[in-house]
Amino acid sequence: MFGNGATHMKAKVFVSLKPGVLDPQGKAIQHSVELLGFSGIADVRQGKYFEIALQDSADQEQARESVTRIAREVLSNPIIEDYLVEIEA
Amino acid sequence: MKFGIIVFPGSNCDHDAYHVISKQVGQPVDFIWHRDTDLNSFDALIIPGGFSYGDYLRAGALARFSPVMDSVKKFAATGGFVLGICNGFQILCEAGLLPGALIRNRDLNFICEHLSVRVETSDSPFTNEMTPGSVLRIPIAHAEGNYICDDATLAELQREDRIVFRYCEQSGAVTEAANPNGSRDNIAGICNRSRNVLGLMPHPERACEDLLGSSDGRDIFRSLAATLSAVA
Repeated sequence: MFGNGATHMKAKVFVSLKPGVLDPQGKAIQHSVELLGFSGIADVRQGKYFEIALQDSADQEQARESVTRIAREVLSNPIIEDYLVEIEA
Repeated sequence: MKFGIIVFPGSNCDHDAYHVISKQVGQPVDFIWHRDTDLNSFDALIIPGGFSYGDYLRAGALARFSPVMDSVKKFAATGGFVLGICNGFQILCEAGLLPGALIRNRDLNFICEHLSVRVETSDSPFTNEMTPGSVLRIPIAHAEGNYICDDATLAELQREDRIVFRYCEQSGAVTEAANPNGSRDNIAGICNRSRNVLGLMPHPERACEDLLGSSDGRDIFRSLAATLSAVA
């Protein structure tokens, strides 16, 4: 907390398309994976991953609350996407 | 009657819209920078096409947080006319002014071509000079124009006659083959419940002069101008 080398609390946010929402990019990736020689790939869904560094002083519960709001209101579109928040101490 | 065209960093159809309003419709028009918040002098707003904020995160997602958008919401809530074209449609959906979302085109391509769009209703300030069933030749230019919404929203849009434009064949038939991007129910444009906010993926401002291959888009702006002069 004092001096150099202070580490930030880190939040990870995963945003994925809701089940049933068409993911043509995932399909194209799946096709390429199959061309690479892998068979038995049932499905590929593409999502987004965010790393958010928080101030050291942030309280973990408060951090989760803030990041959840960021995930809900900015990082994802609730009509098409779900999100998952992880806080790393 | 004064039109305002909102300019975000990355908007690129703002001048086309300005040209159409000033030269084709012949009405006063001004640009509005996305940091401006005073919309008092305007009677209708156009949110133009382009790539606001580079389409970072999701198309239209970051523009929603520009300072002007709170004013746009108030403007719309008090009955002001708002027309969102292409990226403007995406922004209106992200901002919650229109339901649903626009996702990647079914076939992943950026599609840039003239196609046919059927006018579904004349019960809107943007189409009241047009005949339902008439077919417009208008270009699209987008990678994220695949309109989706849940079943309840679709039923509501249908029931309330809020699907304003559908992709169709030249004959006017609405078919899956005429659907360029996978949009639900061939939706090309919808309006809000109070019918003063319209979003559409096709670019009517690029189809207002015969020189450009079609002038079919002009009727949308003329309808809006006629509505405004009736109100004034």
